[in-house]
Amino acid sequence: MEAATARLGRGRRRKREKSYGSEERRLATLLLSPAMVVIALVAAYPIGYAVWLSLTEYSLREPGKWRFAGFDNYSEAFGSTEFWGAVKNTFLFTGLSVSLELVIGLGMALAMHAAFKGRGLLRTVVLVPWAVLTVVSAITWRTLFEPNLGLAPTVLEKIGIGENVVWLGQEGYAMAVMVLADVWKTAPFMALLLLAGLQVIPDDVYDAAKVDGATTWQRFRRITIPLLMPAILVALIFRTLDALRIFDLPFVLTGGTNGTSTLSLIAQQELTTNNLIGYGSALSVLTFVIVMGVSFIYIRTVGGNIKSLAEDT
Amino acid sequence: MEASGGVVTPGTDVRQKEKEREEARAVERRGPGRRWIRPLLMWLAVVLICIFCLFPFYWLINVSLKTGSDLSQSDLLPPSPTLDNYDSIFKNGDFTSALRNSVVVTSITTILALIVGSFAAYALARLRFPRKFLLLAVILSISTFPPIAIAAPIFKLWTEIGFYDTYIGLILPYLTFALPLAIYILTSFFKEIPKELEEAALVDGATYFQAFRKVILPLAAPGLVTAGLLTAFFVWNEFLLAQTLTSSPKAFTVPVSVANFTGSQKFEIPLGTISAASVVITIPLVLAVIIFQKRIVAGLTAGAVKG
Repeated sequence: MEAATARLGRGRRRKREKSYGSEERRLATLLLSPAMVVIALVAAYPIGYAVWLSLTEYSLREPGKWRFAGFDNYSEAFGSTEFWGAVKNTFLFTGLSVSLELVIGLGMALAMHAAFKGRGLLRTVVLVPWAVLTVVSAITWRTLFEPNLGLAPTVLEKIGIGENVVWLGQEGYAMAVMVLADVWKTAPFMALLLLAGLQVIPDDVYDAAKVDGATTWQRFRRITIPLLMPAILVALIFRTLDALRIFDLPFVLTGGTNGTSTLSLIAQQELTTNNLIGYGSALSVLTFVIVMGVSFIYIRTVGGNIKSLAEDT
Repeated sequence: MEASGGVVTPGTDVRQKEKEREEARAVERRGPGRRWIRPLLMWLAVVLICIFCLFPFYWLINVSLKTGSDLSQSDLLPPSPTLDNYDSIFKNGDFTSALRNSVVVTSITTILALIVGSFAAYALARLRFPRKFLLLAVILSISTFPPIAIAAPIFKLWTEIGFYDTYIGLILPYLTFALPLAIYILTSFFKEIPKELEEAALVDGATYFQAFRKVILPLAAPGLVTAGLLTAFFVWNEFLLAQTLTSSPKAFTVPVSVANFTGSQKFEIPLGTISAASVVITIPLVLAVIIFQKRIVAGLTAGAVKG
């Protein structure tokens, strides 16, 4: 009798454990499937389809005409000045804007960290540029640099920069405005990420260094920077990925003229203005490959964060 | 110090004294006259940050209040301020329908992202199943996709099945791009809720779904607000897909409408009215930032400092 109960108990327990596990798995599949279906249908499948389209010659203007083109679209891209110009502009823009954002963002973060009074107010203030739509930020900077209406050319001329320059109408200067518009909108975002990083550095470390006689510069160089490095890396990667995809700013500021055409912009223009689905897809796939290369580094860097989220508690 | 209840550990006391002494020495070194330099520099930095962040937006408002010949002068204050530009954009049917489209597309996408996202996040935060890391990595890598990569195939597919230039044609891709962020934020919020609470509910006979709805969801409300706000900001702001997948005021969203504004007179870019429209579509976001500053910062930095 006792043995029977024990056996029964053991059996039931084992059964429960087993069914618990499979029930849990079934529930997990059920809960995850809506998200996975949407992601598979609207992200994964289109990417595959884009690769296929990029191997064809197809224009919406002549829907009947379609042919498999192999790598023709790619060789056309690699042989065009348009593509290499866009590559150059995209990387120039990314390098300039991200490094300026880091310097200005770090400065802002340090100031916000030091300011005890009004930190909450400052946080709200720096979120304003972040909240402004990218299209609106482009329009704002356009009105600032517009001949006659804009304030910026007048002010800059007074300090000897860009005399008689139509800023958005000249190569180099147009890129400068684009970088400026981006720095304005996203340096505050960088500042917030870095401020969050600064806030987790314990005060004790600084106190100890102070007691040991370290100067402010030494404390910044030997404590702040190394301990802030993880936050800096994440912020840099976020921003680099965004900058490589830039589309709104050149579209509104210049329409891609005067040395501001970027990869996303030329791909989009080939698709919608010229209706070249095949060639446009090839440019999109190339953009995708470049961005994913950088994003691979991103996953490697924040892999620890993902792992800690994936851990069972 | 005595007022704090007398529970002063000797360590802090000594450190505090040492700190005071150190500070006194520093002041001595600098001389009494220079004590104001640090706060002054700090306030200077604060003022500079405020000007840097707010001036361009002020400028946009300034331009939006100018008409006619004022628009060819760079005054800091509009010489004859007028609301004519605002009047004209609200009489412009294309702009008002873009506002309506954006409100509809943004709210539907946000609600869907929260529902679908919180299901997925609950599974990721609480349930045990294999290959969770791989799944999270795949989901997160979607958020780094350049939208242009799916623009061509979606453009072609949508024209074939009739989703081109419709709400649903925008909502689906937006949902895809919003989900990774929503899932990431919600998963990290769900993980912070003590597991014991739900286990207690389960022991009391609640089903997983009841535990989720009655225990987790109310406690995760701040996370839902954060994820919802960031999703809404993303959708309201998105331009490339909206520009590619719409072609008429029927589905134009506000960024498309503003970026392609042409005035009553052709060949002249109506910067006054464009600025007014820009201000109108930005105001809701600025208000949201003022009200929800803490939640937004929590969401933006969720991925940056954990782990």
